[in-house]
This record gives sequence, C-alpha cells and structure tokens, in this order.
Amino acid sequence: MKKKLLILVIAVVTMSFTFLAGSIKIKGSDTLLPLVQKWAEAYMKLNPTTSISVTGGGSGVGIAALIDGSTDIATASRQIKMDEKLKLQEAGKAYVETIVAYDALSVIVNPENTVKKLTREQLEDIYTGKTTNWKDVGGPDLQIVAYSRESSSGTYDFFKEHVLKGKNFSSTCLMMAATASIVQSVGQTKGAIGYVGMAYVNSTVSDLSVSYDKGVTYIAPTMANAINKTYPIIRPLYFYYLKTLAATLKPAMTWVLGADGQKIVKEVGYVPLATK
Amino acid sequence: MKRRRSLVRRLIEKIIEGALTISSTVTSLAVLLIVIFLFKEGFSLFGDKPIEKDFVLAVSKYNNSVDLTSRQIKDIFDKKIVNWKEVGGFDRAITVFTINDIGAYFTDAELGDNLENLPLRINQLVAKDTGIIAYIPAKNIVKDFSGKKLKIDNVTLGGFLSGKEWFPTAQPIAQLGVLPMILGTLLVCIGAILLALPLGLATAIYMSEVANQRVRNILKPVIELLAGIPSVVYGFFGLVIIVPLVQHTFNLPVGETALAGSIVLAIMVLPTIITISEDALRTTPNAMREASLALGATKLQTIIRVVIPHSLLGLTAAVILGVGRVFGETMAVLMVTGNAAVMPHSFLQPIRTITATIAAELGEAPQGGLHYKALFALGCILFVITLITNLLVEWVSSKRKVAKN
Repeated sequence: MKKKLLILVIAVVTMSFTFLAGSIKIKGSDTLLPLVQKWAEAYMKLNPTTSISVTGGGSGVGIAALIDGSTDIATASRQIKMDEKLKLQEAGKAYVETIVAYDALSVIVNPENTVKKLTREQLEDIYTGKTTNWKDVGGPDLQIVAYSRESSSGTYDFFKEHVLKGKNFSSTCLMMAATASIVQSVGQTKGAIGYVGMAYVNSTVSDLSVSYDKGVTYIAPTMANAINKTYPIIRPLYFYYLKTLAATLKPAMTWVLGADGQKIVKEVGYVPLATK
Repeated sequence: MKRRRSLVRRLIEKIIEGALTISSTVTSLAVLLIVIFLFKEGFSLFGDKPIEKDFVLAVSKYNNSVDLTSRQIKDIFDKKIVNWKEVGGFDRAITVFTINDIGAYFTDAELGDNLENLPLRINQLVAKDTGIIAYIPAKNIVKDFSGKKLKIDNVTLGGFLSGKEWFPTAQPIAQLGVLPMILGTLLVCIGAILLALPLGLATAIYMSEVANQRVRNILKPVIELLAGIPSVVYGFFGLVIIVPLVQHTFNLPVGETALAGSIVLAIMVLPTIITISEDALRTTPNAMREASLALGATKLQTIIRVVIPHSLLGLTAAVILGVGRVFGETMAVLMVTGNAAVMPHSFLQPIRTITATIAAELGEAPQGGLHYKALFALGCILFVITLITNLLVEWVSSKRKVAKN
C-alpha cells in the first residue's frame, strides 16, 4: 500500500517537472487577467506541449516578479515606472515592451441621471472636487458621488494622467478595490459617477459620451469608436519580458499579436490593435 | 524480542518528541521573523524622501520661496496655488513643468536625436522663466545649473501619523498622512462594538440563563455557523443589502459609510462575543445561582446581581477579543465603507480603514518603493493596535485567575 503511494507521488512529481520544462509563467495586471487567461487556454489548445500559468496580483506585482525572476512575462495596464526601470537596469536585465491590446475606459452614471455627455474639463472638475452638484453640468439638483479605483491601480493612474491632466483626485472620492464594485455602486447610487473598462459596462449603469475638444464633438464609448481611436479615453496594455527570453517567446508573441490572438481581445471586450 | 520492541517504542517516542520541539521552534521563529520583517520594511520609510528616486524639483535661482511644504508642492502641481506670493515668495505666476511638457517648449530638432540636448534645454528654460517649478530627472541637470534644487524633507514619524492627506502615488511629492485612516478605523470599530456588544451579551445571557436545552442546541450551532462564513461573503452582503438600506433610511447621497461598515462588522463579530461570553457566564457555579434563588431573588435579579458580576472578567475578555477581530477585519470593510481617505466627522460619511488600504494598494505598489514601505508602516500601526488588545486580554485573564484563587 505504502509502496504504491510512494510510486504515485514520484510519478506526480516527475510529471509536474516535465510540464514545467515547456512552461511560460505570466504574472501581473488584474485588468489583463481575463484576456491573458483566454489567450493561454486557446494557445495551449493549439500547442499541447506548452503549459502556461497565469496569475494576477497587479501591474506592480508582475513587474516586481520580472525583476526577481519569478515570472517570464509581466503584464501591466500602465507603462513601467522610472524606479522599476532603474531596478531592472541594476539587475542587469534588458527588457522588451510590447503593446498587446488597448483598453477603453467608459465613464458611467446611474441610469436615472439625465446627464448623457460631459467634456474632459467637466470630468476633471468633478474628480478634483470643484464641481459637486449635477446641476452645474446640466443635470438634476443632486450631489455628485465620485467613484474611483484605488490609487495603486493602473486604471487610476491612466485616468489621472489622461482625464485629470496629472492633477490629484479629491480626497472625497470613494476608492473601490475592484471594477465590479464600481459598477455595482454606481448602479445603486443616484448621484454616482464612475469610470470602468468598457467590457464591464452592463445594463445597470449608463455610459456617457465624452468630448475632448471643449464640447464641439462628443464621442460615445463604442467598440467601433475605440478601434478607430476617435474615442479619447483609451490606454495601451503591455507585456514585459526579458530580452534573453525573446527567442523562446517569439512564437507565442507572434500568435498573440496576430489575427487569432486579436480576435480573442475583441471577444473579451478589449480593443484590438489596429490591423496593419 | 520484547526488549527490542520496547527499544523501538522508545525510539518512536523520541522522534515524536523531537518533531514536536522542532515544529514549535519553527512556528515561533516564523512569527518572530514576520514581525522583524514588518518593522524593518515599515521603518525604512522614515528617512526616505517622498519624491521619486533620481528626480529633483528645481526653481529659478531668483526664487526666494525655497521652503515649501509637501502639501504646498502638491497644491502647486494641482494648480490650486498659482502665484509664488501665495507661498510667501515674490509676485510671479507659477509655471509648472514636468519632463513630459518639454515638447511644448522645444522642437525635436532642438532636443537632439537622442535627447542629448535635453539637460541644456532644461537649463535654458529654468534660466528664462523665473516663475518655473520643474520636476526633472537628476541626471538631466547640467553642472552650472541656472536654477536651484528644492530641499525635500524626509518622511517623519510625526508627519506620517498626523498628516491628513493620503496620496501615496502623487507626483512629484507623495502625500503620506495616515491620520484619516487611523481615525476611520477607530470610528468603524467603535461603531461595530457599540452595536455588537449589547446584542451579543444579551444573546449570551439568553442562551446561558434563560433558554432551555433544546433551544440552546439549535441556537449554538447556528451562531457558530456565522463565524464560518467567509468575510468576502459578508462584504458582498453588505454592499448589496446594508449599503442601500443605510442610504435609503438616512436619505444619504451615498450608502457606503462608516455606519454600513460598523453594521457588517458587528454581525461578523457577534459569534466571537456570544460564544466566549456564554462560556464565561456558564462558569458561574450552579450553587451560587441556587443560593440566590433560595434567598428569594427573582431570575432577573440573579442574572444581574450574581451571574454577571461573577463572570465579569470573562465577559471583558470576550469584548476585547471582539475588538481585536474588528480591527483586523479587511475584506468586508473594504467593500462597504467607500474608502475615501477624508477626516471622519460622522458615521454617515465614507471613511477608509488601515486594513482596507493595505489590501487594496499593496498589490500594485512597486516593490521596495516609497508607497510599499508606507503600507508596511501602516501594517506596523495595525500590529501595535492588535498587540495592545492582546496584551489587554492577557492582563484581564490573569486578573481573573487571581480573583478565582
């Protein structure tokens, strides 16, 4: 009995080691997680000898793992930061940065809200705390409740850079740990406004058209507008890996950036790279 | 044969003993290492500058307001302060410059193909515009720089504990003030204890003194089941049920408030308070109850005058353990309190707790960076709070032993 158990254990251990031999470890952004999982599933179906493990944790976690060598690919919803670059440099590791897809952010409000469009300047005033009532932007007399992602999320950084032009969010913004909580809260709070990845928008909230030219043209957050880049709030999603692994990862990267990989991007609700 | 068997038995005994010793040593070591690690990472924050590594803030050398607080720098970059005279300097409009703005001042040709002229151009810019404040990489500063670098103060323990603004990723100067979070944590916990205490003690008294055996047999497992529900489930329940309830009851613009957090936490901490205080109540010897009844006291009088005073120390321990649980709870609070880092002044506003901050932000904080260290320092504060509660429990239960003897 014991002998049999021992044999079984040995077999399992050896098997897992053989799997590890042809394996790719991917770690990083939670935004990219659903997409990378789909990619991994599809790619493993095509190449049964390759095993891919995907874990989330955040863009910072992914890049930290790349620095200490515990992952092959780091995924990030923001560009690598200066101090992270310096750390990679110190470790003597050259890296490759690849944009694998785009993510469009929708600005959402409660469906009962009559406001259907805002300019970037109005959004900035709302999130920096200058505008606090919907009547100031053409809506009902209702206090604005601004929802934001956590300060460490890549989505937060992007929104701050791109919509607030680098200004800080007001302290009174409600910081939610997950995108799904923002959708849930905006759906049940009348005066709420939030920003989420386009893929997360559902019928419990309504999305706003946004103008980046002071109110001349308002662009609705649709997939078509995102692909042709007329919709302004759109951000790149990155893969980071070491140059030494570039040759090993090349087939996988080619597939991801090719037609098959980009088709999955669209299915998951992100914006594919423009076809050349 | 017999001798050999006893030898084997003794050997096995020795091995098991050794294993027990090793495992206890490993556990204690692990705990010790974690604490050392926590404090080492947390305290390395003090002595760091709240500016990104290898970046400097520079102003024109004619500028006489060089002692800016980190708060003022943030307001300048948020364009809330637009003239130097507002911070005690000369009357000149402030020009905010970060390295990304360089394209607005110089053409690509002027900067050079590999940005080799960048340091020179920055120097020109700082020399030309006396109202400038520039946030630039230190390596792009030429030798005879025409501006002066702003002195950035280190993060101090006092500033960390008393600061009112939490912008750990703000550029150029991170704002690391944890006072709103400490107060928010205390507010939610006090609220939760105020709600859970009367309810929990009443239930414990009912179960131990009033209920008959059959009711108790049903109630006890049900209450213990409450303790087994994962906190994410409580959080979700709170977000979907309690938050809208609070919002509609008090007619608030937003339901994610300290009160919602307190209610969810109160429900979560009930099983701890109930089970421990029930156990404490049951330690009252039956002889004392019977003596009280025999003297003509009613059941209620017996409970209030005899049973509760006798188990008072046990009840205190239950309360303190409950408080500890409340302080350490993360997930549920994170989901229902709104996490706005503002100074709390009522139960009906969003607040932010220490645990929620750590849980939400650690994942994306660059490892070893300022933000990462600040979160560890927050962990230290939490550790100290829970340590104090645990010491209180020790102290109370040691008193109980003394009282019994």
